Amino acid sequence: MTTESTSPHATAGLGEDDGSAPEFTVFGGDWSDAAEEAARLGEQRLVFNMGPQHPSTHGVLRIMLEVEGETVTECRAGIGYLHTGIEKNMEFRTWTQGVTFCTRMDYVASMANEAVYCLGVEKLLGITDDIPDRANVLRVLMQELTRIGSHLVAIGTGGNELGATTVMTTAFIGREETFKVIEHITGLRTNNAYIRPGGVAIDTPDDSVAMIRAMIPKVKQRLDELALLQLENPIFKGRLKGVAKLDLAACMALGVTGPILRSAGLPYDLRKTEPYSGYETYDFQVPTSTDADAYSRVVLRLEECYESLKIVAQCADRLEASVGEPVMVADKKIAWPAQLSVGSDGQGNSAEHIRHIMGESMEALIHHFKLVTEGFPVPAGQAYAAVENPKGLLGCHVVSDGGTKPWRAHFRDPGFNNLQALSMLTQGGQVADVVVAIATIDMVLGGVDR
Amino acid sequence: MSDVENTQGGELSPVVPEGRTLINVRQGSFGGAGDTSGYGGLTRFVYMPDAAQRPYGSWFDQVVDVLEELLGGDAEAAIEAVVVDRDELTLHIAREHLLDVCRHLRDDQDLRFEMCLGVNGVHYPADAGRELHAVYPMQSVTHNRRLRIEVSAPDEDPHIPSITAIYPMNNWHERETWDFFGIVFDGHPSLARIEMPDDWVGHPQRKDYPLGGIPVEYKGAEIPSPDERRQYR
Amino acid sequence: MSEHTDAPPFIIGKLEDFAGWARAGSMWPATFGLACCAIEMMGTGTPRFDIARFGMEVFRGSPRQADIMIVAGRVSQKMAPIVRQVYDQMAEPKWVLAMGVCASSGGMFNNYAIVQGVDHVVPVDIYLPGCPPRPEMLINALLKVQDLAKEKPMLRHRKDIAAAAEAAALAATPTSQMKGLLR
Repeated sequence: MTTESTSPHATAGLGEDDGSAPEFTVFGGDWSDAAEEAARLGEQRLVFNMGPQHPSTHGVLRIMLEVEGETVTECRAGIGYLHTGIEKNMEFRTWTQGVTFCTRMDYVASMANEAVYCLGVEKLLGITDDIPDRANVLRVLMQELTRIGSHLVAIGTGGNELGATTVMTTAFIGREETFKVIEHITGLRTNNAYIRPGGVAIDTPDDSVAMIRAMIPKVKQRLDELALLQLENPIFKGRLKGVAKLDLAACMALGVTGPILRSAGLPYDLRKTEPYSGYETYDFQVPTSTDADAYSRVVLRLEECYESLKIVAQCADRLEASVGEPVMVADKKIAWPAQLSVGSDGQGNSAEHIRHIMGESMEALIHHFKLVTEGFPVPAGQAYAAVENPKGLLGCHVVSDGGTKPWRAHFRDPGFNNLQALSMLTQGGQVADVVVAIATIDMVLGGVDR
Repeated sequence: MSDVENTQGGELSPVVPEGRTLINVRQGSFGGAGDTSGYGGLTRFVYMPDAAQRPYGSWFDQVVDVLEELLGGDAEAAIEAVVVDRDELTLHIAREHLLDVCRHLRDDQDLRFEMCLGVNGVHYPADAGRELHAVYPMQSVTHNRRLRIEVSAPDEDPHIPSITAIYPMNNWHERETWDFFGIVFDGHPSLARIEMPDDWVGHPQRKDYPLGGIPVEYKGAEIPSPDERRQYR
Repeated sequence: MSEHTDAPPFIIGKLEDFAGWARAGSMWPATFGLACCAIEMMGTGTPRFDIARFGMEVFRGSPRQADIMIVAGRVSQKMAPIVRQVYDQMAEPKWVLAMGVCASSGGMFNNYAIVQGVDHVVPVDIYLPGCPPRPEMLINALLKVQDLAKEKPMLRHRKDIAAAAEAAALAATPTSQMKGLLR
């Protein structure tokens, strides 16, 4: 049985007694018990529950708040409401099929999950250097597009939770622009299973580069609109400046990475420190701030979107220059047949591929058959790969027993780590700031719970 | 260096060299009943890569030297094995010395592994006496490098000291590993289930826990759940 | 489910039409986004797809004020009692739309952690497959729910229809026994 306060004097000062009788809302239980407890407590200290079904908790997150008046004295997060057993399920699927599972962890930036998993598998296979350049360019393109999408969701839903629906609609229109490109290239808006061990699933259609170039100014326009709507708005500043502060020492103690760490002053971005997929050849900055509050993190996320657009423009140039190059590793025993195309019936069967495997090459038929039914075996051992998710450091630990299915795949999701810091961000602050703190952590419960 | 040794049929117990993990014993191609490949009698013992010999290469020697120096007399007992594989350094640490090793890793200026990227539990049922492994990837922001610490515990005594006092970021990770593998982290402030419901029985990601799926119903047929299907391993 | 076994009496028929028109015109979904489908559901509410034209953009946080529960995403074992609780808190008339394959049948996650279809927990009116379904597909499903709302029978007429549907379901062949269809 929990008690909730529905006091209309929500903005009363700390410790101030406004003289009104304490109100209790009782959920279930016996009336006499409730009355007895009310009499016994007779104080302003309340414990209440936020979520798991809640419009502002960014997913199914349960927060147990202990509140004294308006100040949060204790805040604990309860997770696991979206636990899907993805890691265990991956042990019963081939290495390539594992991509379709891990992509649904952090469902807002799905291709980052795929990228880290594929980097881990490729490390085990030893083919990291054999990934063709065009495949790497496509991987970078997709990760940056999903980074923009993820930041737009973070900013948009953050604004929505503060009561500004226009921020959300603007952010999502920008996101839809990136979706048009992603859908054109990968076939799906989200949960794409596009990045596969060895390269990417399919090459781009002919008009992709033009589409990407047309998209960039549209997204930039939405980002400008978001900046205009929010950054100088006094209500926005009042609610976000100085709120949810986490300084550098706390970040390092709690293992918080991503925009939160960069807002505390440390320019730590895995794309720069441990480049993968050719990131060292791209020209981009890593925005950093020293204010360490929610406002600076929103600014950081917006700036990262602009930097991502720069990278996307560079990707478009490279795609144009590398037309016709393979997008899958050359080893036919690993390469998922990536030359499939959409036929006239709208299905994904490429007539020329079928002609090749049925009529021209026995080896190609065998490879296709074995890859699809059995998968490729990966030499025994373990590997760890890490990428820079929009939320922070996403790590993947893969263990192979020499077979065609993983022995163990574990993901270190940045949201899982960052959410631990929720208590530090909210305790001592006001109840209304809890919503801001959750928005600023920007975790995705699918990644947190896996 | 072969990591798979082929033997054929019969009752064979694997020879486990010091510090080398036996990942799995693979029977045939389909992992059990219904093997129609003709290789049903083939038994393969799959091992993790061998312990490495000096010099390890790149920065690994330096780190291991500094660590051994700091541990002093305990170094022999603490560092069970050093494995260098796929450009990654793995240190197998005895669980009694885990806290000392972690403290040195975090505090010494040449090591400075500030971040522990969580605990991953791995269950190797074939690795008798060392079934439960806890893997700690350590990230050094200062020196920009990554290390792996691996600690093992037997199924009968699944206790590993908790490093939350040294790396507070490991709090939820250890809870998750307890939840999924049953590894008890001694000294953890509040070791409770985090992902599964609080009254769940069993530790789901262990290899002896079934996937838990239900048969899939089709018109006129039923396909068993993924872990019970006949599948090529 | 619009089995009009008998035509309703005239006044009840007119009442059903009016009430159905009113309900369908402004159905308020309860925020029950769980996973990836939730993001697509949020996308449906935004200007490119815009369910505000159907009167549905007002996602109510409180189930007491909601008409339709769109279960968007995978329902884990831990979440199932909460799904039921939120459903029970909604006032009649209410509809449930299982969005995505995970809510319809457990989807790709046939394992210990996911309830194999939210219809194990709440009665579902419309199943929408997809992983995740496109916003257009969600709008299609919502329009079908609107049709259900428009045709929703009232009073004793509804009890008769429900009894007939239950009897039919009890007598029907189970899916795994439907043999001989390919002949």
